[in-house]
Amino acid sequence: MNQATAPRKKVEVCDLRLSYGAKEIIHGISFEVYEHEIFGVIGPAQSGKTSLLRCINRTIEFTPEAKTRGAVKVDGKDVTKSRNVYELRRKIGMVAPLPVGLPLTIYDNVTFAPRAAGVRDRDELDELVERCLRQAALWDEVKDRLDCLGTKLSGGQQQRLTIARALSHKPEVLCLDEFSIAIDPVTTMRIEDVLKELSKEMTIILVTNLVQQARRLAQRTLFLWNGRIEEVGGNEIVFSETPKSRKTYEYVRGIFG
Amino acid sequence: MTRIGRRRAEVWFRRLSWSRIGEAVIENLIRLCGISAVLFVFGIFLFVFREGAGFLFDGLDIEKFLFTTEWYPTSRSNVRYGVGALIVGTFSVTVLAMAIAVPFGLGAAIFVSEFCGKKLREALKIVIELLAAIPSVVWGFIGLSVMNPLIQKVFNVPIGLNVFNGAILLALMSVPIMVSIGEDALKAVPDAYREAALALGATRWQIVYRVLLPAGKNGLLAAVLLGVGRAVGETMAVLMATGHAVNIPRTIFDPVRTLTATIAAELGEAPVGSDHYQVLFIIGILLFSITFAVNLTADLVVKGIRKKQ
Amino acid sequence: MFVTTPFVRQKERRELFAKIFFGLMAAAMVLPLVLILTHLVYQAWPLLSWEFLSTNPTNGMRRGGIWSAILGTIYLVGLSLFVSAPIGVFAAVYLNEYARDNWLTRIINLAVVNLAGVPSIVHALFGLGAFVLFAGIGRSILAASLTLAIMTLPVIIASTKEALGAVPRSFREACWNLGATRWQTIRRIVLPNSISGILTGVILQVSRTAGETAPVMFTGAVFFKKIEEGELFAYAITDQCMALSMHLYTVTTQVTNTPEALPYAIAVVLLATVLLVNAVSISIRVYIRSRKKW
Repeated sequence: MNQATAPRKKVEVCDLRLSYGAKEIIHGISFEVYEHEIFGVIGPAQSGKTSLLRCINRTIEFTPEAKTRGAVKVDGKDVTKSRNVYELRRKIGMVAPLPVGLPLTIYDNVTFAPRAAGVRDRDELDELVERCLRQAALWDEVKDRLDCLGTKLSGGQQQRLTIARALSHKPEVLCLDEFSIAIDPVTTMRIEDVLKELSKEMTIILVTNLVQQARRLAQRTLFLWNGRIEEVGGNEIVFSETPKSRKTYEYVRGIFG
Repeated sequence: MTRIGRRRAEVWFRRLSWSRIGEAVIENLIRLCGISAVLFVFGIFLFVFREGAGFLFDGLDIEKFLFTTEWYPTSRSNVRYGVGALIVGTFSVTVLAMAIAVPFGLGAAIFVSEFCGKKLREALKIVIELLAAIPSVVWGFIGLSVMNPLIQKVFNVPIGLNVFNGAILLALMSVPIMVSIGEDALKAVPDAYREAALALGATRWQIVYRVLLPAGKNGLLAAVLLGVGRAVGETMAVLMATGHAVNIPRTIFDPVRTLTATIAAELGEAPVGSDHYQVLFIIGILLFSITFAVNLTADLVVKGIRKKQ
Repeated sequence: MFVTTPFVRQKERRELFAKIFFGLMAAAMVLPLVLILTHLVYQAWPLLSWEFLSTNPTNGMRRGGIWSAILGTIYLVGLSLFVSAPIGVFAAVYLNEYARDNWLTRIINLAVVNLAGVPSIVHALFGLGAFVLFAGIGRSILAASLTLAIMTLPVIIASTKEALGAVPRSFREACWNLGATRWQTIRRIVLPNSISGILTGVILQVSRTAGETAPVMFTGAVFFKKIEEGELFAYAITDQCMALSMHLYTVTTQVTNTPEALPYAIAVVLLATVLLVNAVSISIRVYIRSRKKW
């Protein structure tokens, strides 16, 4: 790849440290995510994956005892210093591990973010709902009952609703946090196809507990181990027979973790 | 950025700046309401203190006030303000009320949380709520018109308006608090304890006194303390049912008068600003301090439980 | 295998004994309620009529009805809740949604706990000192309602906090992730899903306030006041008024030669109001529980 067409850095994490009270759980990590790529983050439970995502969209601030140091840059701007945190969160879509259908109708679920940002035009919202639900592969199942409660959908449907909701404010970066743990394999495969499609429009950070999912989807993968980066690189290296770290090899092969 | 995209961005921006201001206003309003609770507590102390302060620092012999039993606030020749008998009155009614209410309250709490089925529990809780809702003036009326003749007849005493009467009413009034707080405390004992004890072959009776009472004792203590707080501060029921005589009781069938009842009975007649009027406010400060201490203790006990869990 | 030994039988007997023992304790609570209610209604029966509710007291309160007292109570309750409900709900929103775990929050919580424990007669002293005398409002419906409002505040805060706490945190997080501000989250998600719980708490306060006597005795309630019968706006908020609870007190203790059923009738009306309001609040709660949204 020559220098002229080198992909733009979308998200940069520089020496990020995070502690809850006296306990530090992320010990200074640095990496970058390029535009329009799917960036996988793998690692065992408790290694700080979710906290890392929460640092990127700054919802970590809602945990009172959390303290961060270092910088997280989106489009070159440090988010920890950004004054308009809501603008930032609209730029970053976030999908939580367990599906959370808000106790609103499906329609209102999807239009929540745009409405919160002040969009009132009915046609625009209608169009948005259809687009987002189609992108999340949910439209055909719910198009006749958009005024049903989002909480009454099945787990897999709710998770796709969550994704549709995260897409509703046209994020530039989409973060998915172990999106597949509450849904069946068939739905997972459908969503994975959707993600591949979406990566043409946006940057995707995919935190997953399934090593194979990162291998299937991501272009590059980061292996987080106890709050430190064990290895980060292209999938052709991380998942090869000879990654830089012995631990990566063992984790990816399922020898431990 | 496309043309539509830019238009939308502009709309968002305009809406945002307006909503930002509105939001700041609302957030500050909410914060103000939150802080208002503190202001009110200070306000209560301040204004009650303000009305009584003049006489408290100038003219009142505090030792005599607290430890003598002569309460003649309207005497022409020799005005005496001794609240000793009133304190004893409050104390005796409260203690007797607790002696009745604690076993029943905690027993009922144990029954509700451990021994009865779901439907019965819901029904009992509703009854408790209704019992708690009966206004104190109605209790006072019941003491005056129902209990009074009943006590005279059953115990063969000349006056039915006495410590016993007031204590029964106070017991009935504080039982609901004890049951609901006590039940919460028992519910807070992890089910694992119960299951572990059951697995060892313990009966539920054994679980109650070997597992639940030790594990839930702080919560139960808090329940009792809150009951005490309520009993000390209760006004109308004791005003109407304890006979209203400044008197150190010898038996539980003697009439007494309490701190609260004294204020309620005499405030209307004491001229604003007079010594008598100010003394009533000083009694108010005394009451405020007692209940403050009791509630603070109860709160600390409850907090202690939460921290342990 | 499973033989009933004497030891086991003894255990079973104890178990049964425990159940009966604690059951009786609980029954000792239910029984008085039933007995008292039936006795009161039985005694009051001859006087209860529509006329009793809708006419003013006459002949030094020995004849006539209790209309002015009922209307006075409605005014006091309405005005006090009008003041305390918004403040209480917002205070609870602050404590549950905004407040971080710092000294200020701890002090506020402590204040709420202690405010709830202040005896009603001390509230009366406060109302007299602060509203009637210091603020110069004078003895009036306004002063009495403000006193009652401060008295009900901590309970409204507590019940609202409970209702807000029942909304799962994951809903809030989902909203924050979507770029909603705290207030937007509260208004769109938290409040709509807890409003019924908040309302039951507030409704419950209607019954509590209606029964309070001591705080209104020196701040705005009077022994007797004649008003236009059947006119809903007969009181101005700067007027003094009669109150049901206070009326019961005066009729039983200050007025002689009343017909025997009169205080019973007043007590029954007061009780019926209070219990009715409670029943409404309980049934709302049951109804809500049956159609929870998540």
